[in-house]
Amino acid sequence: MKPLLSIRKLKKNYQDLDGEVEALGGIDLDVYEGEILSIVGPSGCGKTSLLSILSNLENKSDGNVKFQNETIKIGYMLQKDALFPWRTILENCLLGLEIQHSLTEESKKRVIELLKTYGLSEFMDKYPSSLSGGMRQRVALIRTLAIDPDILFLDEPFSALDYITRIYLSEDVYNIIKKEGKTAILVTHDLAESISLSDRVAVLSKRPAVVKKIYNIEMKNKSTPMENRKTKEFNEYYDKIWRDLDVHL
Amino acid sequence: MSTCSIEHKNFLKKRRNKKILVHVMQFLIIFCFLVLWEIASKTGMINSFLSSSPSRVVRTFLSLLEQNNLWNHVYITVYETLISFFIASLLGFVIATLLWWFKTLAKIFDPYLTVLNSLPKVALGPLIIIWIGANMNSIIFMALMISLFITIINIYSGFQQIDYYYTTLLKTLNASKRQIFVKLVVPGNKNNIINCLKVNISMSLIGVIMGELLVSKEGLGYLIMYGSQVFNINLVITSVVLLGIISYLMYLIVSLIEKKIVKNY
Repeated sequence: MKPLLSIRKLKKNYQDLDGEVEALGGIDLDVYEGEILSIVGPSGCGKTSLLSILSNLENKSDGNVKFQNETIKIGYMLQKDALFPWRTILENCLLGLEIQHSLTEESKKRVIELLKTYGLSEFMDKYPSSLSGGMRQRVALIRTLAIDPDILFLDEPFSALDYITRIYLSEDVYNIIKKEGKTAILVTHDLAESISLSDRVAVLSKRPAVVKKIYNIEMKNKSTPMENRKTKEFNEYYDKIWRDLDVHL
Repeated sequence: MSTCSIEHKNFLKKRRNKKILVHVMQFLIIFCFLVLWEIASKTGMINSFLSSSPSRVVRTFLSLLEQNNLWNHVYITVYETLISFFIASLLGFVIATLLWWFKTLAKIFDPYLTVLNSLPKVALGPLIIIWIGANMNSIIFMALMISLFITIINIYSGFQQIDYYYTTLLKTLNASKRQIFVKLVVPGNKNNIINCLKVNISMSLIGVIMGELLVSKEGLGYLIMYGSQVFNINLVITSVVLLGIISYLMYLIVSLIEKKIVKNY
């Protein structure tokens, strides 16, 4: 199968007055259509840099990034919801369409439909301040989906939430992504999250980061993230990846 | 809400009482001040020639109305203030936009802006008269010198304080710089810009009065200047009171506009 996105020998150096910091030391990675791929690694290893480069927020220093075709649209979900407080929930969700000049009656209807499907329709005309953290992040996901992206980049989307909200929201997000049939790259430092949510987990090394190992997450009774957490395999993967991370403080 | 509880009723009552108290106290303060001032000057506790009195102020006001074309002076001052207010606001916004758009420009001009802003403009008064002439343009120029730089600095610093995450979000959507400005920077700065206008209106008034003290033949600043030269304290104080009323009214207008524009989210 031809990958949706293939990354070869991707390097990134950061310059500052004291010299050069090698963040990415040659990343090789393929992402296939319809999968959720998690990227885990020690903090500061350049996970976010990788997403930034893939979505053209930053320039790479060297290497190759190839998308299956030129027209692939990226949806980026950030750590914070970044909902504009002066826009209603619906207006926030339409932001991407406005920016990309594709706001039509039809696309607007589709967004309203998304909000309805995921239980946010009654808040459509409310302002973000009246929503809880979990709901706001759900709105952020709908905003990301509104532009109908081919691939989703999720940059620690749950890290700003409390534990319980986080578990429930990751369940939600998993269901939404699978239901909409999207491909997703999830960057996280939470091993349990990555194992329970994804089809594959890529473990990055310390800086300069390379892909140390890739796990196909296979479980006999694979189901939703919450259920996956209860399986025997979950713990085994957890142990293995924990050892791969090789964290010494 | 017909079914509100006694607790809620009490809460509303307390809120209302507090509001009434504030208004009553505000009125009492000015009332007592005026009464004391009047009594003090009537009984000779203070020299009414040097410190005037409320009744003298009223008499001066009435005679100014009859004989000296008071409204013309008020009109001139308000007119000059509004012109410099609009020029300073517009120019301030445009320059702040340019500084935001071209960050290097902002870095280059940063020390100049600071110096120009903190420079005591009165010191430039004589120069301004020599350069521009003893006319209304000088007054407006003086007012601009006082209000423009602070407007630029305030609006620009508001532009800079836009959350990094918001900008990143728009960049992930491939927004152009113009889109970031229109969709994020301006709406995100609505409150800040209104506040700048509030500061600007009083700055413009200060500038205009300063200018009028230096050069003019008309306006409230001129009346103050003239009054102090001929030792007519009644005239000086009447003009100052009028100035206070004018600045309060202008502030009120901006506040009304603010209420119209600013939504509470």
